Amino acid sequence: MTPRGDLQARATTIPSVVLASQSDADMEAANSLSRVFSASTSRRGLTFLRRLIVRVLALVAFVALWQIASTHKAHFVVNFTFVPAPTAVAGAALEFVESPKAPQHVVSSVRRVLIGFVLAAAVAIPLGLAIGRSRLVADIVMTPLEVLRPIPGVAWIPLAILMFPTSEQSMIFICLIGALFPILLSTIHGVENLDRRLVYAAQTLGARHWHIFTEVILPGALPSIVTGLTIGMGISWFLVVTAEMISGRFGVGYFTWEAYTLQNYADIVVGMLVIGTLGMGSSLLVKFLGNRLMPWHRHLVHAR
Amino acid sequence: MRQGSIDLKDVTLVFGSGSHAVVALEKLSLHVEPGEFLAILGPSGCGKSSLISTIAGFQPPHAGTLLVDDSAVSRPGSDRGVVFQQPTLFPWKSVRQNVDFGLRLRKVPRQERSAILDEILHKVGLSEFVSHYPTQLSGGMQQRVGLARVLVNRPRVMLMDEPFGSLDAQIRLQMQELLLQVWNEFRMTILFVTHDIDEAIFLGSRVAMLTRRPGRLKAIIDVDLPRPRKLDVLVSPEFMRLKRNCMALLREETVGSPQAQVFNNDLYNDSSQAANNTG
Repeated sequence: MTPRGDLQARATTIPSVVLASQSDADMEAANSLSRVFSASTSRRGLTFLRRLIVRVLALVAFVALWQIASTHKAHFVVNFTFVPAPTAVAGAALEFVESPKAPQHVVSSVRRVLIGFVLAAAVAIPLGLAIGRSRLVADIVMTPLEVLRPIPGVAWIPLAILMFPTSEQSMIFICLIGALFPILLSTIHGVENLDRRLVYAAQTLGARHWHIFTEVILPGALPSIVTGLTIGMGISWFLVVTAEMISGRFGVGYFTWEAYTLQNYADIVVGMLVIGTLGMGSSLLVKFLGNRLMPWHRHLVHAR
Repeated sequence: MRQGSIDLKDVTLVFGSGSHAVVALEKLSLHVEPGEFLAILGPSGCGKSSLISTIAGFQPPHAGTLLVDDSAVSRPGSDRGVVFQQPTLFPWKSVRQNVDFGLRLRKVPRQERSAILDEILHKVGLSEFVSHYPTQLSGGMQQRVGLARVLVNRPRVMLMDEPFGSLDAQIRLQMQELLLQVWNEFRMTILFVTHDIDEAIFLGSRVAMLTRRPGRLKAIIDVDLPRPRKLDVLVSPEFMRLKRNCMALLREETVGSPQAQVFNNDLYNDSSQAANNTG
């Protein structure tokens, strides 16, 4: 082809592109976009499915190894002689679910955790806000709190038994102590780390003390407070189980310890699984309520 | 009735104390007419922002008097709206709730509030974004919310601290035009701090030039460009003349040593002449 012919060919192709109507071009763009989009979603769906299969297989393999180790009474560093097999645990779990005492155990533990946790939040959130806002309150309250803070909740158990007339109250107190510090510290952190410029902005829009507190400080500290609540909930569960093992008459911690003393080894694992489930469920609940309280935060997470 | 006049007389502002003391403003005297659009220009760190926070009421002056409408400024208030460098919107409030904040504080009845909000949000071009949260908006959009949030309070004075500094050039021009529209309608006094000469001249009726720290008034430049100003004013001869003038004045402040100043005068050979023109 001569150079001239080449030029002519180009001249005929260019206008056809230019003349393609705007709507056609849009349509094509939309089509190709949707093709790319559907391709990427199906690929994403595929990876999701693959990951799900891997996860399920990993869980099955874990249970199978456990089954083999306990049926063969493996004894290599860890002694599996008295560890019940998954099949035995499953049987015991069914028995537990059907037993009339099961709800009583669960309800007692949940009740202790909830009362202790709510009391802790009721004390820690206002106190944390006050400490974060006022240097005087911080100076008065922080020193004794700093002394008490490093003491593990478990170390409070003997004193708690002596301090309260009923063991029920002492267990609730233990839950309270456990949840108190994480909630308190996160609240203080939330108030102190709030962007000062937001307070300035509120002032120039006409806000004075009370409105600055309710409209700026409180919502500004909320994400941090919710984090503290989630951590506090976990620690409350940890402590209620320990306290029940020592001084309870009902509760999943008591159930687990009783199973040990009565040599119902399968029930030990059932108790452990119930504790794990309840702990996870309550953490999810706190997270869910937190997200309901902070719709803006949900958007923030989605944006990332 | 005087609405939005600002009087500074020998205002001195000091940060810190002892050997760490930094004099941000020194014996600054300035009069701003009600309804005036005054641009404040100066080298970085000259105390432009300190001036804004003093008039806003965050930072009381060390010495001198500061009057807004003939009464001394003692604390922040909604009569002096501030548009900050960063949008500083409340992240937990939607666009509409952010703008509604001032109205709710003033206990404006709900129906009235709703009408005002619709109007203001429409004016700044946010009608379609009322239920978005600030994190879902671009920087320019966020600054629109920041502006609307101040406008609902109908302030007598609007203090703006490099509000468009972090926006890209295109969006900045849009925002400048929007601001001029708003000012044309509301006619509040505006103090607009910037380090951008074009911005200062395009917006201001006068440009107040501050010296290096400690900030004093170096010159006041009258900007007699006709209003309403459109973007093409940016290439007019008069604009160029003012710009050259401002550049020369600013150069004198940003370049420290006398030698550098001589060098500088060679580069901008009409700078001394320009400086004389302003008097």
